[in-house]
Amino acid sequence: MTWFFFILLSTMTVGGALGVVSTRNVVHAALFLLVSLLAVAGLYVLLLTEFLALVQIFIYGGAIIIVLLFAIMLTRSREYPRISDNGQWPLAAVAALAFFGLLTASFVVNNPGAVERSRVPFATLGRSLFTDWALPFEIASLVLLIALIGAIVIARGEGKRA
Amino acid sequence: MIELAHFQIVSGALFAVGMYGVLARRSAVLVLMSIELMLNAVNLNLIASAVFIDPSKFTGLIIAIFVITVAAAEVGLALAIVLRLFRSRATINLDEIELMKW
Repeated sequence: MTWFFFILLSTMTVGGALGVVSTRNVVHAALFLLVSLLAVAGLYVLLLTEFLALVQIFIYGGAIIIVLLFAIMLTRSREYPRISDNGQWPLAAVAALAFFGLLTASFVVNNPGAVERSRVPFATLGRSLFTDWALPFEIASLVLLIALIGAIVIARGEGKRA
Repeated sequence: MIELAHFQIVSGALFAVGMYGVLARRSAVLVLMSIELMLNAVNLNLIASAVFIDPSKFTGLIIAIFVITVAAAEVGLALAIVLRLFRSRATINLDEIELMKW
């Protein structure tokens, strides 16, 4: 049963990703990205980390896809229905395949063997996040605040058009 | 039985596809989507490693949460830049944005 879901979700993940990089329509690319990200959330459930799956669905499936769709809508131009790749795509394909081969080889060589998945309790994760990792947590919130202000300042423009 | 290497190979495939997208696409929004794919591949790898290898400390899970945070910040900022570019140059085609290219 686990294998069935693993194969299904992996196919959806990689298939959605291939859709993102191959489709000619930007809106379709965003929807393919949504499929891929939700399938990754499913893989997180297979890894017994439901909290990460929820975060993945809320942040990626909700926020990031919506923001991407907004950007697509606001930057609509004549060329949008048909976007071409640039001239170096064969080189890019070779590089990506070579990198995939390298990664696969290193993963297979360094395989720790038959280790069982272990479940991290939700409460333990949260307690650790607010004790051991409190400082990085605060810095992360600061990063988000700065990104928010920066995005507003950059997108608003010179001020007279604001 | 399902092993660490299976998840890692899926994450490697996802990363390679994202890498192809970053190198080959011309629209800035599509390049951003490919970057999201690569970040997700990294997250999948971190979480799988944490669950299979490091269950008592689960450092990978925590780092994955931070990666998701930074990804959200990055998307917001990058899309603001894309909007600004579109307003000043009327294109988001990365081949035509060559002011700082040598």
